[in-house]
Amino acid sequence: MAQAPEIQISEEALALAGDWTIAQVPTLLAQIERLPRTLPERLDLAQISALDPTGAQLLKRVLLRFGLDPQKVAELHLNRAFLDLALRVFAAPSEAPSASDAHGMVYTRLALIGAALDAFQINARLLLGFLGLTLSTLGRTLLNPSRLRATAMVHHMEAAGFNALPIVCLLSFLVGAVVAYLGASVLRPYGGELFTVELIAFSFMREFGVLLAAIIVAGRSGSAFTAEIGSMKSHEEIDAMRALGLDPIEILVLPRTLALVATLPLVAFLATFAGVMGGALVSWISLDIGPALFLSRLQDSMSWEHLTSGLIKAPFFALAIGLIGCLEGMKVEGSAESVGRHTTSAVVQSIFVVILLDALFAMFYLEIDF
Amino acid sequence: MSDPIIRVSGLSNRFGEQTVHQDLALDVERGEVLGVVGGSGSGKSVLLRSIVGLRTPNAGRIEVFGKNLAQMDDRERRSYERRWGILFQDGALFSSLTVAQNVEAPLKEHFDFPPALREELARLKISLAGLPLNSGPKYPRQLSGGMRKRAGIARAIACDPEILFLDEPTAGLDPISAALFDELILTLKEALKLTVFLVTHDLDTLYRITDRVAVLAEGRVIAVAPVAALEHHPHPWIQAYFMGPRGRAAQRAERSELP
Repeated sequence: MAQAPEIQISEEALALAGDWTIAQVPTLLAQIERLPRTLPERLDLAQISALDPTGAQLLKRVLLRFGLDPQKVAELHLNRAFLDLALRVFAAPSEAPSASDAHGMVYTRLALIGAALDAFQINARLLLGFLGLTLSTLGRTLLNPSRLRATAMVHHMEAAGFNALPIVCLLSFLVGAVVAYLGASVLRPYGGELFTVELIAFSFMREFGVLLAAIIVAGRSGSAFTAEIGSMKSHEEIDAMRALGLDPIEILVLPRTLALVATLPLVAFLATFAGVMGGALVSWISLDIGPALFLSRLQDSMSWEHLTSGLIKAPFFALAIGLIGCLEGMKVEGSAESVGRHTTSAVVQSIFVVILLDALFAMFYLEIDF
Repeated sequence: MSDPIIRVSGLSNRFGEQTVHQDLALDVERGEVLGVVGGSGSGKSVLLRSIVGLRTPNAGRIEVFGKNLAQMDDRERRSYERRWGILFQDGALFSSLTVAQNVEAPLKEHFDFPPALREELARLKISLAGLPLNSGPKYPRQLSGGMRKRAGIARAIACDPEILFLDEPTAGLDPISAALFDELILTLKEALKLTVFLVTHDLDTLYRITDRVAVLAEGRVIAVAPVAALEHHPHPWIQAYFMGPRGRAAQRAERSELP
C-alpha cells in the first residue's frame, strides 16, 4: 500500500509524488540532496499520496530551497486532505533559537570558575547560618527540654550510629592490619620492629580511628539525612510542617544532629579499638610480638591524652556531618533528580569539611603541645 | 466501521485476590476520540497499560492495528510501538533531559536521521504542541504543570503516531489551561488524523472532545456511546456520574456553546 516517494524534476516541472511520511525519510533526504538550485516553471504536488508532520517539514525544506512561500504553495497546489496539516507545520517557526552563548570558550570557562567560587562562598555562608539557626534552636530546646524529640533522637542514634558499627569496625580493623604490615616492613631494616606498636597506637588513637569513623558515617548517615529530608522537601512535607506551626529544625535537624554528636565519639572509640586490634593481630602473627608484650608496650608509651585528643574531635565532625546532611536536604527542590544531586553534594562536602577540620585540629594540637 | 484500530476481547486482569477486569471487551474505531471513564479503582489506567503492553494481562486478546502484539518478538513489537504515543499523567518527562532532548529521544531510538533533521523535527513537534520555541533547551523542572503536559504531548507525537493514548490529560490543570489543552488535542487530532484513547475524569473534556465514551464498572465495559446518549442510560452509576451536579454543569456549558 505504501508508495515510495519520488521527486521528478525536468525543464518545465517539479513533480512530487508518493508517501511523504516519517518511514520514507531516508529516501526523501537522498532525493532532496540531489535537487538543483533553480526552480522549474511548474510545480505539481497533486501526486502526494500521504503526508505526515515529518513529511510536511521536508516539503517545507524543498519549497524554501526554491525560495517559495510554503503556505501560498500549499493553498494553491496541495491535496485538500493534507492542507490543514501542512499549513500547521508550515506555520511553525523552524529556525533554531539563536545560541545564547555568544562568548568564546575562554570566557565561558572563566565564568564557570567564577560561578563555582561564588557558589562555594554562598554555600559556606549558608552552612554558617544554618549552624547558627540550629544552635539557637538547640538553646531554646534546652530551656524547655520537653520539646526535645527523644524518640526520634534514639531512633537516629540507632540508625546512624549503632547500625554503622559493623562496617566501621571491620574497615578500621583491616586498616589497622595494613598499617602494621607497613610499619613492620619499613622498621625492620633498622631493627625497630617493636616500634610498630607505637605506630599503630599513635596513628589510630590520634587520627585514624576517628577519621575513618567520621568518613564512613558521612557516606552512610549524612547521605541518608539528605535523602530523607530531601524527599520530604520535594513532597512539600516541610512546607506542611511550617504551615502547621511546627519547626522543621526542631523536629528534623536537631534529633539527627544531636544523635550523631552523641554517637560518633562512641563509634570512633570502637573504631580505634578495632584498629589497634587489627594491628595487634598482625604484630603477633608476623612480628612475633605477643599480646602481652603488645599491651605492656602500649601502657609504657601511650597516655590517656593520645586517646582523648582523637576522640575530642568526634563531636565536631559529627556536628559538621549532621548539619551538612540536613542542610543539603533542605536545599532540595522539585524533582527526585534534585535529591540525588544534593545527596552527592552532601557526602562530598561533609568528607571535605571533616578532613579540613582534622587538619585544623592537628595544627592546633601542635601549637598547644597536646 | 468493520475494522477497529484497537480490539480488546476477553481481557481479565487480577491483582492477587482483587479482580479488576473480567472478560472485558472494547473496540476503538480509527479516527475517533474515545473517552474512558469509571470510578477510582475501576481499572481505567490498567486497561490503558494492558493495551500498550506495560502490563501483561492475566487473560484476553488485544489487537492493535489488527495485530496481536503479545505474540510478537521484541523487534517486531517496536516497529508497532512507534505508531502510538502515550501521554502519562504529569508528562513523565525524563527529568535529566531538556524538553528538546525528550522529544528527540524516541526519534533517536526508532530512526536514524541526521542530527540537524532530528532537531528540526523536535522544534516542529514542540511548536505543534503549543509551546514557545525557547522551551526547547529548558529542563522539565523549569516548566509549569500545563507546559509539562504539552511537552509530554510533543514527545508523544514525536514519531508521527496514529494513536494517542492520554492518561488523565487535564488532571491538575486550572480550568482555563484544561480548556486550552482540550482544544490542543482536538486540533492535533484533526490535523494529524489521530485516534485518541483518553482516560479522564474531566466531564468538560468528555463533552468537549470525545466522539464516544466507554464506561468501566464491575470489571467490564457497561456502556459505549456518545456522551449525549449516555445521559439516558439507566445504569445507576452512569446516572450518578452524568446527572450529578457536576455532570449537569458540564452539559449546560456545552449546550450553551452550541450556535
